[in-house]
Amino acid sequence: MTTMPTTFSEWVFFLLQQYGVLFVKGAMVTLLLALVGTFIGCLIGFIVGIIQTIPVDPNMGAVKKNFYRVVRWLLDAYVEVFRGTPMIVQAMVVYYGSMSLFNIDMSAMFAGFLVVSINTGAYMAETVRGGINSIDPGQTEAATAIGMNHLQTMRSVILPQALRNIMPQIGNNLIINIKDTSVLNVISVTELYFSSKSAAGVYYKYFEVFFITCTIYFIMTFTVSRLLRWVEGRMAGPRDYQLVAYDPMQDPCGHFQIPTRKEQD
Amino acid sequence: MDEQKNVLEIKNLKKQFGDREILKGIDFSVNKGDVVCIIGPSGSGKSTLIRCINFLETPTSGEVCYKGENVLKQYKDLALYRTKVGMVFQQFNLFNNMTVLENCVVGQVKVLKKDHEAARQTAMKYLYHVGMADYINAKPNQLSGGQKQRVAIARAMALEPEVLLLDEPTSALDSEMVGEVLTVMRELANAGLTMIVVTHEMAFAREVASKVIFIDQGVIAEEATPEIIFKNPSNPRTKEFLCRFTQNN
Repeated sequence: MTTMPTTFSEWVFFLLQQYGVLFVKGAMVTLLLALVGTFIGCLIGFIVGIIQTIPVDPNMGAVKKNFYRVVRWLLDAYVEVFRGTPMIVQAMVVYYGSMSLFNIDMSAMFAGFLVVSINTGAYMAETVRGGINSIDPGQTEAATAIGMNHLQTMRSVILPQALRNIMPQIGNNLIINIKDTSVLNVISVTELYFSSKSAAGVYYKYFEVFFITCTIYFIMTFTVSRLLRWVEGRMAGPRDYQLVAYDPMQDPCGHFQIPTRKEQD
Repeated sequence: MDEQKNVLEIKNLKKQFGDREILKGIDFSVNKGDVVCIIGPSGSGKSTLIRCINFLETPTSGEVCYKGENVLKQYKDLALYRTKVGMVFQQFNLFNNMTVLENCVVGQVKVLKKDHEAARQTAMKYLYHVGMADYINAKPNQLSGGQKQRVAIARAMALEPEVLLLDEPTSALDSEMVGEVLTVMRELANAGLTMIVVTHEMAFAREVASKVIFIDQGVIAEEATPEIIFKNPSNPRTKEFLCRFTQNN
């Protein structure tokens, strides 16, 4: 039997040796929940944002108009409800509610993904709406004027620009999710906080264990934050451009000459 | 035969924003090859009129007829009509996330469903014509105002429209860049393109227009050839407006 550690640093080292795998597994689950949740949340946010910005033409038929109105009301309700309640409570309601109301026995992990995704989606919907509104209306007008429809305009023109504007907010959401998935311990998802609690319970060494946990959380959020900065920089594209010497004689479409009015008549 | 030559006809077009009536019944027609210049004081409804023609603003009442057919009735999808009636904006409105070439290709590929290579060739043709073929890899925010507007003209022309609408195309430009854009417009006019131009460039209107329309307070105050409008206007308001211009210049 080895001698038990006595000082703080000895305990930290000892706990890392004993529960290193547990910490790593917990951290992986946390990262996975945060990444997948943020990604699906972004998708939800973009879809909601696109639907909410469909222009309503005053000449539109009454049925279509009312349909849009109902869809918009539902989406607004979704955003308000999931922004307006704590994620820890949503986790309980979704996990236990699905069982008692619909008899669905989902795994804690699945419930976790679900809750993080729809929660992030509600926030992202507002972020995307803001991002779309921040783009000069002239961009939409120009796209409309060359005959593009709402979906084409969004996909090719507005969203690529909006995405760049809301990248910092997406980063925020990802970092918040890395930290806030810790609330999922209430439905026994074995993420980092849950694993730490288990490890701490063995030797009653709460400070030492949560010091380690704290460090791991910070390493994850800091890495993600730097990575996103780099991605943002890449998205800005090159700052200069190359002139291309264009020789119309070389082009397969051949030399182009505008006919004068006289030639046409 | 006359019916064939008539490309656009505006009939009793009215537009209200809330209680304010901006256009109070506009009638005019555009024949193939016409260059119609619309002039008038600020706030008279010139821009609203040109935006109503391609339905960026929905007219409150009245008709826009394209080749004799009421557009709103005939074209369920306005997209097709809009490819026939191109638009150039005062603020250029180039797509900021795309290069010069992509700006001119995207409409052809997405709306006209052309394949990418054919679209590129057409785009190059018009970019070469406006003198921007060397800049295909540049992003809009790397270009000067005049260059942006020339690309915007190439983008509109790349869809090979029948009519080109230009909404004060030189008003946002420094005076030294106005010339290069006007040169391009002059060449397009000489090539026989049908154009409707809202402009404050009286010299351009006088030289190029086949018809000048003077709009004041939401109605057409005078419609005539440039010779008559600029030399011998019949409406005193036209005279007053043009007087202010010659004094300023």
